Amino acid sequence: MKLSGGEIVIQSLKDEGVEYVFGYPGGAVLHIYDAIYNQSDVEHILVRHEQGATHAADGYARSTGKPGVVLVTSGPGATNAITGIATAHLDSIPLVVITGQVTSAFIGSDAFQEVDSVGISRPCVKHNFLVKRAEDIAETMKKAFHIATTGRPGPVVVDIPKDITDPSIKIDYEYPKEVSIRSYNPTVQGNQRQIKKAVELILAAKRPMIYSGGGVVLSNASEELTAFTQQLGFPITQTLMGLGAYPASGKESLGMLGMHGTYEANMAMHDCDTLIAIGARFDDRVTGELEQFCPHAKIIHIDIDPSSIAKNVQVDVPIVGDVKHVLVDMSKELKLSKTKPDAKALEKWWKQINTWASGNCLRYDRNSALIKPQFVVEELHKVTNGDAFITSDVGQHQMFTAQFYPFEKPRRWINSGGLGTMGFGLPAALGVQLAHKDAVVACVTGEASIQMCIQELSTALQYNLPVKIIMLNNRYMGMVRQWQEFFYESRYSQSYLKALPDFVKLAESYGHVGMQIDKPADVNGALTEAFAMKDKLVFMDFVTDQTENVYPMIAAGKGHHEMHLQAECIPVQSSDRELA
Amino acid sequence: MRHIISILIENEAGALSRVAGLFSARGYNIESLTVAVTEDASLSRMTIVTSGSENIIEQINKQLNKLVDVVKVADITEGAHIERELMMVKVDAKEAASRDELQRLADIFKGRIIDVSDNIFTVELTGEGEKLDSFLKALNDVLIIETVRSGATGIARGKKALQI
Ligand SMILES: Cc1ncc(C[n+]2csc(CCOP(=O)(O)OP(=O)(O)O)c2C)c(N)n1
Ligand SMILES: [Mg+2]
Repeated sequence: MKLSGGEIVIQSLKDEGVEYVFGYPGGAVLHIYDAIYNQSDVEHILVRHEQGATHAADGYARSTGKPGVVLVTSGPGATNAITGIATAHLDSIPLVVITGQVTSAFIGSDAFQEVDSVGISRPCVKHNFLVKRAEDIAETMKKAFHIATTGRPGPVVVDIPKDITDPSIKIDYEYPKEVSIRSYNPTVQGNQRQIKKAVELILAAKRPMIYSGGGVVLSNASEELTAFTQQLGFPITQTLMGLGAYPASGKESLGMLGMHGTYEANMAMHDCDTLIAIGARFDDRVTGELEQFCPHAKIIHIDIDPSSIAKNVQVDVPIVGDVKHVLVDMSKELKLSKTKPDAKALEKWWKQINTWASGNCLRYDRNSALIKPQFVVEELHKVTNGDAFITSDVGQHQMFTAQFYPFEKPRRWINSGGLGTMGFGLPAALGVQLAHKDAVVACVTGEASIQMCIQELSTALQYNLPVKIIMLNNRYMGMVRQWQEFFYESRYSQSYLKALPDFVKLAESYGHVGMQIDKPADVNGALTEAFAMKDKLVFMDFVTDQTENVYPMIAAGKGHHEMHLQAECIPVQSSDRELA
Repeated sequence: MRHIISILIENEAGALSRVAGLFSARGYNIESLTVAVTEDASLSRMTIVTSGSENIIEQINKQLNKLVDVVKVADITEGAHIERELMMVKVDAKEAASRDELQRLADIFKGRIIDVSDNIFTVELTGEGEKLDSFLKALNDVLIIETVRSGATGIARGKKALQI
């Protein structure tokens, strides 16, 4: 088959089985856009800002496990995409981002719309390529998909100069069936000796704890994690990125850990004697002060990325490998072993944990005359039967959603955990809805975050994507306000949002339905009404209590046992520890 | 502790900046860095001299291995190895006495005078960094116009080799 470079780009996507390309045209990619025009296998989704394209592709990828694909032009197209690339990078999400580049002969001359896309993106991609010849496009695309989706996934940028996509130059095309890269061979199987060692530790544990993260979701190991946890009957806590991999309703689940994690999860982390970290990377929002992190525990760490191991925390039994494979091997090894978990010790441990849990650290004032953000999330959970795809932005609303929407399945909770990118929620929801046409998709957001990618309301209309926007409007950058209240004596510097738009009218002007809800009694009814509008995007502006804070909270630099709790929520203490 | 890290890396545009970028982004220190193509033209060999705690050196190793273009990494300071650095020193030797002194020092340090133009002598010297430092110290009476050092390279002794 003879094709031009531009056609090869698109044909490669077809051969890779790509359904959607999220993009925005411009000079350097016009040849490629012409190749898009002449076909219908790959659907192009025209966003309104390149950041939106990357987040939408990212939402698609997170909710399906398949790579998201982005196409943008050179210069400002590429720089606008960087925030989304970095977002995907920090959460290990597979993306292939095609950036146009100026004609080869102009590279380095400060040509119109020239930036060094490979240089700019280098620190926030898994890998990137500058393609020099049309003959190399197909193989580079294959490599890009291979690298993005294998090992620890991540974004790959393919920078393509305009001249090599010239429609008048046709060359032979064949998409490589396989690709091998001698310098790139991720480890999949865990080392058997290490697995045996880990199992010995696990079986000797008196106060064990499973701490699982986004790696479990990425490796599609939810079933294996569930089997492993239930086989042992050990308590499990999940990171913000891992929520849903183990069902929240499972009796072993202690909820989320870390800065805004549950009291029981954090206390159990602090007191455990054996920690099994699975596809989690000991992020500072999870560990708190490292000096005080799991001071009594022997640590087992399973991760596909060797550089994640012993990066922040020294571990006793490192296992490099794909979480799914390692969990299968560990479960097998456990079954073979004659030793069984110490049932007596475990019972005692659970008793302690249950005491911690009995305080219900996630309580809030249910009799408030104002709408409490937590209440909206709880009602959202009810109205969607706990079975929606939920994206979020960044701030208090994100934490409230993580705390109050119990996720039963993986890939249902879509948020920017690593980079914490405001503006992620709406475009990500569009990507999710495209991937799951009949599913219920909601974006929980704040009035500050939503304005960072609000233009994508227009994309939603163009492609009939009936996502529901649940905006918890506290008229503040709530999370910023909370830190200012706690650590800056309530000096609310630049965190109050004056001059907010009328969101109902705004939604309407974009062709959607807008609603404003300001009474607790109306919350359920409004949600029910909105979700009944199956083919409409409904923008719900919930006017919430301005001063609500996210609890529990571990201040930066504090240990897991030094949580701030709402006064009314302090549980009956059974251990010797004090509460901050 | 000082470590010498040897890297085999794809001989491609941008490979060097990936390594250099990694060190600056993660705040690792680079004492010196040398790079040249190997006998296999598709591969470059890079030598980085760095220092840091055990943990940092372990992370450097892992992070380098994580770069897609990197084929192999070895910390050659872990075993017996040979280290060499090349230096050229240009000195002003108008006076006969300083010429004699220069020749004498070059002999002692097993250096060679490789260029003489207009009473300007250039001495070439290879060895471990400390030897080069000592030579410069010894030269203190002679007027140094310019020095250039390659940065260290190294190789493991015996059978051990960085190969694919
Ligand atoms: C792009 C970006 N800029 C700044 C921040 C810092 N930041 C984190 S939360 C937050 C406030 C978010 O406000 P809002 O969307 O209203 O959510 P709320 O906390 O009120 O629920 C800010 C500014 C960020 N995370 N991302
Ligand atoms: Mg807000």
